[in-house]
Amino acid sequence: MIAVIDYGVGNLFSLTASLKYLGADVKVTGEKEEIEAADRIILPGVGAFADAKEKLDQTGLVETILEQTADGKPLLGICLGMQLLFDESHEYGVHKGLGLIKGKIASIDEDLKKAGIAGLKVPHIGWNSLQFEKDEPLFRYNKPGDYVYYVHSFYGTDCEESTIATSEYGVTITGAVRSGKVYGTQFHPEKSGEAGLKMLKAFMEV
Amino acid sequence: MITKRIIPCLDVRNGRVVKGKNFEGIQDVSDPVEMAKFYNREGADELVFYDITASVEERGLFTDILRKVASEIFIPLTVGGGINTLEDFDRVLKCGADKVSVNSGAIRNPDIIGQAAKKYGDQCVVLSMDIKRVDGVFRLFAKGGRENTGIDALQWAVDGVNSGAGELVVNSIDTDGVKGGFDLELLDAIAARVNVPIIASGGAGKMEDFSELFSHEGIDAGLAASIFHYKEIRIEDLKKYLRDQGVEVRL
Repeated sequence: MIAVIDYGVGNLFSLTASLKYLGADVKVTGEKEEIEAADRIILPGVGAFADAKEKLDQTGLVETILEQTADGKPLLGICLGMQLLFDESHEYGVHKGLGLIKGKIASIDEDLKKAGIAGLKVPHIGWNSLQFEKDEPLFRYNKPGDYVYYVHSFYGTDCEESTIATSEYGVTITGAVRSGKVYGTQFHPEKSGEAGLKMLKAFMEV
Repeated sequence: MITKRIIPCLDVRNGRVVKGKNFEGIQDVSDPVEMAKFYNREGADELVFYDITASVEERGLFTDILRKVASEIFIPLTVGGGINTLEDFDRVLKCGADKVSVNSGAIRNPDIIGQAAKKYGDQCVVLSMDIKRVDGVFRLFAKGGRENTGIDALQWAVDGVNSGAGELVVNSIDTDGVKGGFDLELLDAIAARVNVPIIASGGAGKMEDFSELFSHEGIDAGLAASIFHYKEIRIEDLKKYLRDQGVEVRL
């Protein structure tokens, strides 16, 4: 069973529908016991980092997530769910994350400006091609250059040792990260057509 | 690299896809779920569903269709039509929509844009505008393009983005259904004033219209209905053509 953590952030329809489409047994849950009983965990999320982190803290599930991942249970964070895995975020102030991925979340807009790049819209919305090394378990059914769907204004930085995929948008966008069996994707696999379904299928097998 | 998006639009009434010319003479075209699957196979980057029904019962039929589509097709879905309140946003988001397009509802109550952006995020709020030249000025039209609001359309676009609209659908009534190309003058005017993605609508008749569209800075997507429904242009062929023309597309 895959536990999709319900902490009141975002729309879970497509995520649960895509997992069911792939034949998974899915439970949207905020219960510690169900997360412990699950084979895999997905941490979804959209919106602002601080607000989401506060909501996640309120569920009291942070400790459970840390315990379960320390025991080697696979976890996939999606979009803001990926960002929450990082040490910290610099989205409107500095906020602590779960510390499962070394690095920090920074503003695309500020980094584009620092790099002197004009003419790119933020949020980074739409389909972008993904570059990755072939031997990553999450991408075993994909090929480099597959297109994935992004919607975000902040992105992972200083996370070279965990980065497993990137996309170009003036700056190099961290597309996906992994540390052990803790995975994160900045893009939405559940909105990325066939390419995304392949990654969710691969996650169901790690 | 980020790609330009090709988006077919499906107007749905009584559970069927329809498309009129210049908003008049609506004809039945096809089944929405089958149509959505077809477009997904063809490589559509996103789908827009407009609910053009009026009654509450038909609205239920629409959300049933939406739920079915969202359970089988995993690309972004935008829903519009009859969106007037936050409850309307909630209703379609719960049935699998990713973005919600508001048009006349925002004219009646402009605060809906900011309220929805605050609750669901800017990325979720699409401001759709029907625009027509009146005495040389771009005016915003309401009620499916039948009523001149007298509002300056360019200012409306700027205000909408400042309130929290995350994307704009710019539909030109002057070029809609004519198949003579997109309204580039209008699109350029809006692109020069906002910094959110712009989806161009109204006027596509041939593949060259899309390559011309994307040669204009600040236009992110092209939306069309009848030319795709009647298979006058196949999306897959269009994207191959665009790639040959040097336009970055998802293939």
